[in-house]
Amino acid sequence: MTALPDFRRSRWASLTALVTTSVLLTACGSSGDGPDTGSGSGSGSGQAKSGGTLTFTVGSDVGCVDPQQVGSNDTIYSVRQIVDSLTDQDPETGKIVPWLAKSWDINAAATSFTFRLRSGVTFSDGSELTAQVVKDNFDAVPKLGALGTLAQGYLSGVENTTVVDPLTVKVTFKEPNAQFLQATSTHTLGIESSASVHRTPQQKCSDGVTGSGPFVLDQYVQNQSITLAKRTGYDWGSSLWSKKGDAYLDKLVFKVVPEAGVRAGGLQSGQVDAISSVGKANEAALKGGQVTLQHRANPGVVFGLGFNHARPVLKDTKVRQAILSAIDRRQIADTVFPTGTQPATSVLAHTTPDYTNLAADLAFDAARAKSLLDSAGWRTGGDGIRAKDGKRLSLTITWFPNAATNQPALELVQQQLKAVGFDVALKQSQVSQFSTTLQAGDFDVVWGNVTRSDPDILRNSFSTRLANFYRLPSSSLDTALSAQAATTDPAKRGQLVSEAQKLLVRNAYYAPVVELQTQLGLSKKVHNLDFDSGSRIRLHDTWIG
Amino acid sequence: MRRYVVKRVAQAVGVLWAAYTVSFLVLDYLPGDPVTAMAGAGMDSGQVDPAQLAALRHEYGFDKPVLVQYTEYLGRAVRGDFGDTVSTGRPVTSVLIDALPQTLLLTGAALLLAVLLGGGLAVVATYTSQRWLRQLLLSQPPLGVSVPTFWVGLLLVEAFSFRLHWFPAFGNDGLRGLVLPALTLAVPTGAQIAQVLAKSLLTALDQAYTETARAKGAGRWRVHLRHALRNASLPALTVVGLLVGQLIAGSVVVETVFSRDGLGRVTAAAVTAQDIPLVQGVVVFGALIFVATNLVVDLLYPLLDPRIVVASDRRASFA
Repeated sequence: MTALPDFRRSRWASLTALVTTSVLLTACGSSGDGPDTGSGSGSGSGQAKSGGTLTFTVGSDVGCVDPQQVGSNDTIYSVRQIVDSLTDQDPETGKIVPWLAKSWDINAAATSFTFRLRSGVTFSDGSELTAQVVKDNFDAVPKLGALGTLAQGYLSGVENTTVVDPLTVKVTFKEPNAQFLQATSTHTLGIESSASVHRTPQQKCSDGVTGSGPFVLDQYVQNQSITLAKRTGYDWGSSLWSKKGDAYLDKLVFKVVPEAGVRAGGLQSGQVDAISSVGKANEAALKGGQVTLQHRANPGVVFGLGFNHARPVLKDTKVRQAILSAIDRRQIADTVFPTGTQPATSVLAHTTPDYTNLAADLAFDAARAKSLLDSAGWRTGGDGIRAKDGKRLSLTITWFPNAATNQPALELVQQQLKAVGFDVALKQSQVSQFSTTLQAGDFDVVWGNVTRSDPDILRNSFSTRLANFYRLPSSSLDTALSAQAATTDPAKRGQLVSEAQKLLVRNAYYAPVVELQTQLGLSKKVHNLDFDSGSRIRLHDTWIG
Repeated sequence: MRRYVVKRVAQAVGVLWAAYTVSFLVLDYLPGDPVTAMAGAGMDSGQVDPAQLAALRHEYGFDKPVLVQYTEYLGRAVRGDFGDTVSTGRPVTSVLIDALPQTLLLTGAALLLAVLLGGGLAVVATYTSQRWLRQLLLSQPPLGVSVPTFWVGLLLVEAFSFRLHWFPAFGNDGLRGLVLPALTLAVPTGAQIAQVLAKSLLTALDQAYTETARAKGAGRWRVHLRHALRNASLPALTVVGLLVGQLIAGSVVVETVFSRDGLGRVTAAAVTAQDIPLVQGVVVFGALIFVATNLVVDLLYPLLDPRIVVASDRRASFA
């Protein structure tokens, strides 16, 4: 007999295969959708009509459908529609306007906020909106656990929430907290029914919550879809919405489609009506035909380089200023990011309230960068890299793969800085290591952004009195940042925020590079799908026809 | 026969234990932990209260010494309890059981397609007397093995969904939604089956017994299918057992491209979130499926070739 060919596998083969799989997966995990989104105005044409289903594809599912606990845009798009907020924020002006609260008072010290609620508002379980329900919500938020950090941040330093009368609720803070008014307009502080509030954070995540919003959660299939149905009898929409009463659409289906190319093809071939996170690579395929691309810059701190001020090289203001001048922001925005992305013109994106245009301070000027480095004593060596006292001008930029644009953008930054004499290394780290890295100060320079539609985000990021990840020395910047948090007069607060931005840019405490832009693809039959102030979407006024 | 089965089962348990242990060590070695991952990744995540994180770590037992964690987890895992997922708090076992049917359907359909297409190709290629056709057919499997599954999936979606509108591009709905993902997954698998089967068919056709069969007057087709194929299918069967592991691994890519729910998607999400209990569950579960399939394959050998049992008992002496 002939011997059988030796196809018998080693008993270890299976093991090796499995282990390899789990290790390789780490490298090809979800590409995510980067930080956050923003703007746009739907175009209305023809006669708006009620009815129909909007199918919207998103790239990911975080496994949670509680608006108070989710931070990913892909989920916010849907769950935002389930809850109403006390206030709303005008995406054009940044002004806070009534929604569930008819009006409010803030004391001069910005420590106490009193909201008078609209009457007749009900949750989809039939219960009524009262001051007690709002109190229950705000009392429960600090107990949400790790997923509720966004909400906890908005309410940090809260002393108590009290019921003044059945429709008046008062929130008191230990310290001035001017940002809280804007925080009440976010999905994160969306008001849930008393029954929902009393469930555990995990139950709220997996089963969803009851809100008073224009849509109700119909079905959630993890990793597959989130289906919402119109709430009939809805009559307490935000003062920014044009339609009164119920929403136009009967049903919203959010499908999870991780592959960007498949999302684009699905839209192009009419299998879906709208898609999230359109990157530069898919723009060409979507142009022309029955698709509109709609974009808005995310408010908040722009993508840029956060310096570790404890590192000797970066303590020198001239070196940091040289970095700011050496970066050609326009080239980065045009090469890597979706069409329409704007180069940074401040630490804040232009869609943030109280943004100040500092484009002149952020102009690309390699000659200036070189002369700054010269005057700081860094001389060019044989290989084009500068050195001082025998030490090379080397920096490592740490970055995290939470947006597909990070690596190509940083490769350009690396080249641009090399042109003026920096030796820049790029170090990729795990997304899950982001906060640990910042807390430990284990970086020279870190790449990132933060989305928030209130300028107080500057205090979170740069005040030496808070986490101070960048190890900044205390300075007059702290004074400006603390003062804006204690100022309720819009004009005065705006001045302080503007001053803070100038201090940040002129002292080169942070190197702003490019704004993050949210880009959606919409079928031409979708009308009035608008961005809210946080560059997420509003669907009450949206119709299909 | 009984000794043979006992030995195989013992080996299977050993593989499961090793899969569990190695994956535990690898996950433990990774920087960070699921609690930090969950607490958000961003420049604004500084507001997380360290005490709260510590409490969560304590709740999941991540603060205990590695060896203690390992023994505790292993003890529970043996009883089928892999704990709760960190990202959603659902029991790992129920997440896996929910995801399993979709993946079984996908991999089952893919395996069926792979056997039919790969086997069919091998039989036709070795049967035909047209040289050019044989060459053409035999050059397909290497191509099928070398193109990335990801790319095949995107091509199929582009052609049959976006252009021809025959099949949906995503979702788990119905039989039509199953066609493209199963086909994608079947390409590399079928190609390997074809490679092995064609090679052993050619070998078998050269053997004396096929010569004898022909001499006895059996037709070409009969010799090919009854005599040669039966013997040649043994190595192919071994490969099928191995390919089940590959199919499960391939489901990660295919389920992502076609936005299907299933074990593959659960795996990808679990790894991204560094959800240690869930990843452990997936690894052991995957190993379990793999080991079980191969056990079945091993037990099938004697049915196809009665010499196998004897050989396997003797193997130790000359292996």
